Amino acid sequence: MSIIEMKNLDFAYAGETILASINLTVKDKDFLAIIGPNGGGKTTLLKLMLGLLTPDRGTVLINGKPPGNTDSSIGYVPQNVHMNQSFPISALDVVLMGAFDPKNRFRRNQAKYKKEALDALDRLEMGDYANKKIGTLSGGQRQRVLIARALVSHPELLLLDEPTASIDTKGQAEFYELLAILNKEITILVVSHDLLVISRYVNAVACVNQRLHYHDQAEITGDMLETMYSCTVEDTCPVELVAHGFPHRVLKPHEDHAHD
Amino acid sequence: MIEAMQFDFMRNALAAGLLASIICGVIGTLVVVNRLVFLSGGIAHAAYGGIGLAFYFKWPYLPGTIGFSLAAAMLMAFVSHTVKHRSDTIVGVIWAVGMAFGIILLDLTPGYNVDLMSYLFGSILTVPSSDLIVMTVVGVVITALVFFYYPDLLAMSYDEEFARIRGVPVKALYFGLIGMLAVTIVLVIQVVGLILVIALLTIPPFIVEKYAKSLAQMMVGSSILGSVFTLVGLWLSYQYDLTSGATIIMVSGSAFVTSLLIDRFGFKGSS
Repeated sequence: MSIIEMKNLDFAYAGETILASINLTVKDKDFLAIIGPNGGGKTTLLKLMLGLLTPDRGTVLINGKPPGNTDSSIGYVPQNVHMNQSFPISALDVVLMGAFDPKNRFRRNQAKYKKEALDALDRLEMGDYANKKIGTLSGGQRQRVLIARALVSHPELLLLDEPTASIDTKGQAEFYELLAILNKEITILVVSHDLLVISRYVNAVACVNQRLHYHDQAEITGDMLETMYSCTVEDTCPVELVAHGFPHRVLKPHEDHAHD
Repeated sequence: MIEAMQFDFMRNALAAGLLASIICGVIGTLVVVNRLVFLSGGIAHAAYGGIGLAFYFKWPYLPGTIGFSLAAAMLMAFVSHTVKHRSDTIVGVIWAVGMAFGIILLDLTPGYNVDLMSYLFGSILTVPSSDLIVMTVVGVVITALVFFYYPDLLAMSYDEEFARIRGVPVKALYFGLIGMLAVTIVLVIQVVGLILVIALLTIPPFIVEKYAKSLAQMMVGSSILGSVFTLVGLWLSYQYDLTSGATIIMVSGSAFVTSLLIDRFGFKGSS
């Protein structure tokens, strides 16, 4: 069963093409990494899935339905964890925001939601910080709070936009171990710059730079990662993986797909 | 202060100041966390256009002014919601043109000239009891609305994008917030003046924000702090025969500077 289905999707902003001819199918319990250069359209792709943006052409279906129906099946962790640091809100209240349902405003049993929010914080080892003001936490701690906020609505699908940007290298490994555990129950999409760290955990990779190139598990676990390529935009993937000029692991050159 | 309370006008002034402090504490908190201070200034000045219209066409004062201010506020809300990066410029234009429009209309109105100073600094010492009733009603309505939509307002103010994903009607809520802001500003201007409105909307919430752990705490704290500023300001203005609105603002401003100095050199706040 596919949880995300994108077909022939185009998106332009202010006359500039951001994404073109996107086809993507994500199956239940997949762990997909989305990599690509800055400005390549990774975040836009997530926002299209969330229904925050509407495609100019083509379709997006989440569980067979158009996105934005708010049936709480998507958890979203935004890229910017540094927003609104002086805002008067505790970590617990941030997480409770993830359980809020405007259609069911005066629901009973607030205690149940509070307990679920505390459980979500505990799961991310942030239980001790529940009553701390969000601005007093470190970037990595805030990141965990935002993940707890995404998890508290029991989503089937978790979208994370550059989740390790504020976490050090050791923390990153722990973080992906955590995602691997969550992946047993939840489909996960992670936007990342760095394929090296996540290649061990994911079962598919999508390279996004206006176009989308999908590489399934066979390609990653096969000889692809053992092979070192000197990556240039022209001769391998249109995606710069780590930095210019450094040889590093990349996926095999894209075949000429029909949609290219 | 006790002796001053023997006078009706002092009692009314005190009641008007406290009501303004409470309304501004609630709305000002939302203004500060949503960074709408400049937009509030725009609405407050553009309101003068409404005053001009009301006098020129001999409309009743409140409906005319509120109608014009709401229209200007909705225009600003539309601009700030759709073209965010240009919104401050366009708010500035509406700010200036609205005020100029009002002054020219007053010039053209035969035989009557509203004192600009009373518009800027209000006339808290001459507040009639009828205005107190209007302010009380508005205060109750605004507090009830904010209470009802609290989770939506919280989600929108903290993370608009996430609020949209949760199904909060962000656009309608934003326009609603600006609308409440416009009504608040017009009503409170009439009582305490434009300058005191801006001061009460921004200074107490700014000071309290650092110590509050929730928006609700910030609203309550700002209302209390605003009331204290008003009380102290009124007492000083009575004792030393000073303009009351300006004295309240100077008290608020001194507290603002003190709070900055405490942040810079003193102990950190709680949390």
